[in-house]
Amino acid sequence: MPADAASPAAIYDDRAVLEETWRPPAGLMGVLSAVNHKLVARRFVVTTMVFFLLGGLLALLMRWQLRRPENTFIGPDLYNQLFTMHGSTMMFLFAVPIMQALGLYVVPLMIGTRNIALPRLNAFGYWVFLVGGVFLYVSFLLNMGPDAGWFNYVPLSGPEFSPGHRIDTWAQLVNFTEIAALVGGIELIVTIFKLRAPGMSLNRLPLFCWAQLITSFMVIFAMPAVMMASNFLALDRLVATHFFNPAEGGDAILWQHLFWFFGHPEVYIIFIPALGIVSSIVETFTRRPVVGYTAMVLSLVSTGFIGFGLWVHHMFATPIPQMGQSFFTAASMMIAIPSGVQIFCWIATIWLGRPQWKTPFLFVLGFIAIFVLGGLTGVMLASVPLDLQVHDTFFVVAHFHYVLIGGAVFPLMGGLHYWFPKMTGRMLHETLGRWTFTLLFIGFNVTFFPMHLLGIHGMPRRVYTYVPDTGWGPMNALATAGAMIIGFSVLLFLVNAAWALRRGALAGHNPWGAATLEWATSSPPPAYNFHPLPVVEGRSPLWDRSADAPSVIGIRSDCREVLVTRVLDAEPDHKVEMPAPSIWPFVSAMCLGGMFVATLFTPWGFVVGAVVATIPVIIWFWPKESDHAGRAYRHDRSNERAA
Amino acid sequence: MNWPQTMLGAAGPHARGVESLWWLFFWVTTAVYVLVLIAAVLATVRRNRPVDPQDPAASRRAGVAIASATGVSLVLLFILLISSVRTGRYSIQGLADPSHINIKVTAQQWWWNVEYESTIASQRVRTANEIHIPVGRPVLLKLQSTDVIHSLWVPNLAGKKDLIPGQEAAFWIQADREGVYRGQCAEFCGHQHAHMALLVIAEDSGKYAMWLESQRRPAADPPDEMAKRGRDVFLSAPCVMCHSIRGTGAGGRTAPDLTHLASRLTLAAGTIPNTPGHLAGWITDAQGIKPGTRMPTIGINGEDLQALLKYLQTLK
Amino acid sequence: MTRLIAVLVLVLGTAACEREQRRFNEASPASGIPQTLKMGQLEPGGSAQQVTIQSEYDENAWAISEGKRSYEWFNCVGCHSHGGGGIGPPLMDSRWIYGSEPENIFATIMQGRPNGMPSFRGRIPQQQAWQIVAYVRSLAGLTPADARSQRDDDLFYKKPEARTPQKGPEGQPGRQP
Repeated sequence: MPADAASPAAIYDDRAVLEETWRPPAGLMGVLSAVNHKLVARRFVVTTMVFFLLGGLLALLMRWQLRRPENTFIGPDLYNQLFTMHGSTMMFLFAVPIMQALGLYVVPLMIGTRNIALPRLNAFGYWVFLVGGVFLYVSFLLNMGPDAGWFNYVPLSGPEFSPGHRIDTWAQLVNFTEIAALVGGIELIVTIFKLRAPGMSLNRLPLFCWAQLITSFMVIFAMPAVMMASNFLALDRLVATHFFNPAEGGDAILWQHLFWFFGHPEVYIIFIPALGIVSSIVETFTRRPVVGYTAMVLSLVSTGFIGFGLWVHHMFATPIPQMGQSFFTAASMMIAIPSGVQIFCWIATIWLGRPQWKTPFLFVLGFIAIFVLGGLTGVMLASVPLDLQVHDTFFVVAHFHYVLIGGAVFPLMGGLHYWFPKMTGRMLHETLGRWTFTLLFIGFNVTFFPMHLLGIHGMPRRVYTYVPDTGWGPMNALATAGAMIIGFSVLLFLVNAAWALRRGALAGHNPWGAATLEWATSSPPPAYNFHPLPVVEGRSPLWDRSADAPSVIGIRSDCREVLVTRVLDAEPDHKVEMPAPSIWPFVSAMCLGGMFVATLFTPWGFVVGAVVATIPVIIWFWPKESDHAGRAYRHDRSNERAA
Repeated sequence: MNWPQTMLGAAGPHARGVESLWWLFFWVTTAVYVLVLIAAVLATVRRNRPVDPQDPAASRRAGVAIASATGVSLVLLFILLISSVRTGRYSIQGLADPSHINIKVTAQQWWWNVEYESTIASQRVRTANEIHIPVGRPVLLKLQSTDVIHSLWVPNLAGKKDLIPGQEAAFWIQADREGVYRGQCAEFCGHQHAHMALLVIAEDSGKYAMWLESQRRPAADPPDEMAKRGRDVFLSAPCVMCHSIRGTGAGGRTAPDLTHLASRLTLAAGTIPNTPGHLAGWITDAQGIKPGTRMPTIGINGEDLQALLKYLQTLK
Repeated sequence: MTRLIAVLVLVLGTAACEREQRRFNEASPASGIPQTLKMGQLEPGGSAQQVTIQSEYDENAWAISEGKRSYEWFNCVGCHSHGGGGIGPPLMDSRWIYGSEPENIFATIMQGRPNGMPSFRGRIPQQQAWQIVAYVRSLAGLTPADARSQRDDDLFYKKPEARTPQKGPEGQPGRQP
């Protein structure tokens, strides 16, 4: 094959040299400058799980306060902070980031490439996220945590009714987490479009990757809305603008529109990746690909689109004209159709396949049972007259926990049990896994089913206590008991993970006998993911592989080179060199973080901070001369497919 | 303080419409759920599976099943959509009545200011946390807020409506049978959102008229020495900075009007019953009962407190 | 290194803790008017240091915001406007006829003053009065900037207190600053 004329003899397809090239650096500098997607994603998963635990602890405290009427365990001020922190943690620091983190780990493996596109941006996203999350919790411990709900309606969260800097903390948190989310979304889109293995045309893309792709597009359209809203709020609070001041031409409802335009797609951003996880698990544990691939993809796409047309269903109680509201009723009901199609396809797949009763599959069954119930209460909430009765009551709390825990956490737990062997090289304990599932399923229903009844019988949300005469005591006590069971099941999962890291059975390449490419390499994968890079011949690559399946050759081993393919048909197009580990994403993230935190206290923080934050970014992007000249160069395609 | 607060005990035409809609939705969605669960369970546990999991004929049959299920879902959703829109329309237009009563309800942190409007100034009534309405007549509530967003919700009578500062909302309610119906603020509004309840008392027109008449009268003169002393205590204490009692010099508008305090069933927006003991507790330790409330701790005790309580109880 | 972080968090902690604390039910910072209160600096034989009572509310954002609310509800606005004065003297300048320390302002509110300042003793409860004191000091820029209130959800009549520059009291007329 033609060698690069400008450099000395390049080394191709040599595993030992590959290891050397891709090896992440050691020590503290190594930790701070790593750009390998698996390292960053593992960190990301662990960090989001820590936030999940913290958010769960906050929920347990809330439930303990609500377990009986006029309880004095927690007063109104702390309770308001608790439910705001719980919501903000779960929505901003756990649910979206963990789905992205799982994607950042699995997607490059599943499409057969060496690293994520834009690796330094990936690292930057993680550091920004970490700073944001730490900032929120440090603020909470300093009595500065937000306390007007995760949705922060103005005027309550405005400058007059929320004195101090609590709400400003929330506003800056949004900046941190949504920058991280946007960055993750961009990378996933570029990776999925441009770095797929040859032969993996779009109609052979695994459903998990389709889900991540659609979610990433949704992120790009939805996150800016909430960033705008939170920055308008920060401006109102810090420099006396009037975006939300009705007396000076602003509007309190503007906040709701901006927030919910993000807020509704947000829940689908959480939910759609989970659908991708379910498809992966169903395929593996029924030994057949999911029925109706095209229908599944179209359902994901339409869910993504329609998800942007629902937001006013959070605002039915405001004086929006009824004709307009009816449109959103129709859209909110219509979105049940693609979700329904997916459920039917999975059930059909299970019907036709050979189910294996392993823990990941149990979580999928739990998902079906819980999510469908939540989806049906969602259809109820889509109706304006019904919603006007149960809006802002515990009925809604029940609904969204059914769809979020059933529709996202259950698949996530299944996914963690499924990919844990790949990430760590060890199998989780199967019996402990089954107990985790059983306790989580029971605990969840005991906690949240009674909340439907509480809402119907008049209990509003976001109340720190209630008078005894309402009769809400017994259901609340039951819900608290269920919450303890949930806590215990999560503890069981942690014990399982800790045990497995030391004593778990060694997982081979493919302990589940699955079909997708991540299972074609060792567990955990080497830094360079695959050697050689695979070529794909069907939708289920490992099952459809023929005896004389080709693989990719001609990729350099002595620099971080990857193969870029075409968007539609994944034909090899050119090769490109990926950047080496760099400290500048970390430094940029810290400076950006400093800017956001300083803005909390003075507008000059933004001005000075912006200048300071730009400097490491410039250093990061400064073009470098390298031995390999960093140039993309095209190879004659007829040589690329050589077996 | 045991009054109904549930959407399943409809006492007015709005709530009745929603309650029937609820049952329609409930049965349809329950049926769908049960069918889906059965299908999922059967799919998982059945025997007699095809030898080849990817058997194309079986896959085609599955495709037909999926398409039919989707079609059925679409039809059901359509039915639910039409019923929902029809019920919603009625709620808005069904009650308008030229001879309706106008009541202005202004929500504040954390109580409800209720004003019965009239073109004649002396016939206006201002009370707090209680709305009396005659049975069988539509009532137009004009909803405003002076500070943050609140939401008026009396589940037995109607769905909720947000009270948004800077906008006035029109809201119709009607009760079809006598009773006391408890409602609560349903939009998070700050520290004491949890204790911002209100009562809607529906009574027959005779009783309603009597009530309205008595509310229009200014406060009676105190009948005995102790009550007189109580009035003096009231007029020299911090009370007059915020509260008003028509017929005395107290004219504060930022807190509930106390002219007919003793006629109300609860105190502190439905938090505690209206008894002398609770009233004493409210006056001397409001922050203990409802931390964060705008009512400060008032340091009156001993005989002054007893006199004040005596006077306030005469304000029927 | 960890010690440094711990110290930093503690230092920041006390600052943030106080600013954000919601003090619903507490005895006022100082009940009544202290015996050592003086209304002027003139004293025979040289002036002794006046013992000032530290008002915790100066640094408490919630208390200042409550003070602002009381300022409007109890109609301080009627004479003093929103700090610009009218019938009464302005409160946002640096000229203090009866002193700008918290106990001076508290005394002014409780005792009343000649030429029209009513006495609110017995009318405004102690805690509310100290909150108003903190708010009035914030109008003049005497309190830390981060706890002062921002704009209202009302017509925009002046710069919010948090945007006014911080300054100290410039002394009584005829006295050394």
